[in-house]
Amino acid sequence: MPRYLLKRLGAAIPTLFIIVTLSFFITRWAPGGPFDEERALQPEIMANLQRAYGLDRSVWVQYTRYLRGLAHGDFGPSFRYKNFTVSELIAQGLPVTLELGTLALAIALAVGIPLGTFAALHRHSAMDSVAISLAVLGIAVPPFVVLPLLGLVFGVALHWLPVAGWEPGSIRYLVLPVIALALSPLAYIARLTRGGMLETLRSPFIRTAVAKGLPLKTILTRHALRPALVPVTGYLAPAVANIMTGSLVVESLAGLPGIGRYLVQGALNRDYTLVLGMVILYSSVLIAMGLVVDVLHAWLDPRVRFAQ
Amino acid sequence: MSSGLWRGAGRRLRANPAAMVALAVIVVLVMLALAAPLLNPNSIEALDWSQVATAPGVAHAHWFGTDRLGRDLFVRTFEGARTSLAVGLLAGAVSLTLGMGFGTIAGYVGGRADYLMMRIIEILSGLPLVFFVIFLTVILGRNGYVLYASLVAISWLTMARIVRGQTLSIRRQEFIEAAVATGGSPARVIIKHIVPNVLGPVAVYATLMVPQIILVESFLSFLGLGTQEPHASLGTLVAEGAGEIEAAPWILLAPGILLALLLVSLNVLGDGLRDALDVRDPG
Repeated sequence: MPRYLLKRLGAAIPTLFIIVTLSFFITRWAPGGPFDEERALQPEIMANLQRAYGLDRSVWVQYTRYLRGLAHGDFGPSFRYKNFTVSELIAQGLPVTLELGTLALAIALAVGIPLGTFAALHRHSAMDSVAISLAVLGIAVPPFVVLPLLGLVFGVALHWLPVAGWEPGSIRYLVLPVIALALSPLAYIARLTRGGMLETLRSPFIRTAVAKGLPLKTILTRHALRPALVPVTGYLAPAVANIMTGSLVVESLAGLPGIGRYLVQGALNRDYTLVLGMVILYSSVLIAMGLVVDVLHAWLDPRVRFAQ
Repeated sequence: MSSGLWRGAGRRLRANPAAMVALAVIVVLVMLALAAPLLNPNSIEALDWSQVATAPGVAHAHWFGTDRLGRDLFVRTFEGARTSLAVGLLAGAVSLTLGMGFGTIAGYVGGRADYLMMRIIEILSGLPLVFFVIFLTVILGRNGYVLYASLVAISWLTMARIVRGQTLSIRRQEFIEAAVATGGSPARVIIKHIVPNVLGPVAVYATLMVPQIILVESFLSFLGLGTQEPHASLGTLVAEGAGEIEAAPWILLAPGILLALLLVSLNVLGDGLRDALDVRDPG
């Protein structure tokens, strides 16, 4: 297993390198620069700015400099947020985004798995139909529609929760955004768990467990759950991608000071270093998630371990 | 493909009430989207300064109310639906064609070509594509072509994988061998024999791909990277409405509910088709 992990980590570095290189050259070849204002700057000021940020050098020199910085964990200075480095900007917003995302994923798992199991056990019952319909709704309706609708009901009409805003340490502002973000992964997880469970419950070793007279709870927790969750682990990386994309809009709708706004804002402002930093951050999270999924997969399904 | 399979599938689909309701909803929405300009005299750009941010009603000409600029929301909402549907269908059709071509060739030719083609798909699927789309739409300019191209770039990968899997599973069957033995060229075998036999799963995934594309389009439009003013898509309308939920909730409600209805119906129809054709994901 450790050897396999090392191999996977080794494969992740070229992927990341390709992403960095592609993104870097796309930003440099794009028309428009970070210091384009509505009123053109005086040439001397422009030249000074360009020199200060190293933009007067050839693209190749800029690229090697950037890579050298990255190797030291330095994302460079932001072009638009004066006196801020990209790392500082990310460090400011990351805790909020991380809290939002982890809570959403935790709720999606904590509700989705029991819901799917329940639906599988009571197949074709009324509750099963309700669960399936909820899942279709959750999969189909995006968070940027769900959140304003939730805000309308629980904020504007009922006054239970704030529609938008942020206060450090207060969970009230996170409730609606987390629900909006969790809904779609929750629906997928419920659906996958239901499918995996139905498949598992049909297999001979479950029949044996039933024949031995084990109580339902033991059969589920000790025998059925692990193999039934294999499809769910396969979905974890897409789920994280889903939550990360969703948090781009959810943060801006709910007025949360996370890092979501930096990607779109950074791109609109031609803040190249900021956009690059964000793309690298998001890609690394996704690649890391892929590794976590592999480990989980091997733990849940012994056949995977032997195949390696 | 025998017509019997399609007839059986049609019968099973008709026996599925949820799918039939979804189909009816889609037909009604499409007809409304096309007919909205005829039903209501307001234009999508006309500003009615006497009726700014007016609530819905039948007493005045604005059935769904108006927005901050006094534009009619009935007409704009259905223009948004028309945009979303057009984008979904057009980008869907291109992705379908691209995926079919790529998938059948990779699956049929096999060997090293297949290996190479599948690695390309794998690498592309590994990239955080939505971020790249945001990236591209912003940097290459916010025009329609970039929007369509990025939507296609995201969507065709899954289709190609599914078509390849299906092609692999039928490639060794006797009727393909017979077609090759009677002197059919690869192109002819693919077009005459492979394509008709992979249409079942393709139909299912195409139906599920359209709502996916509509979703991404409205997401990009919501961020301001897709459809641009004065034109409307459901994404831009939801974005407009989300900022006004306390003062004028109807600006959000009409496009929000319409988008939800459209996406749910398309997904339910796709699921129904999947059950009717008994398609499983070949991976």
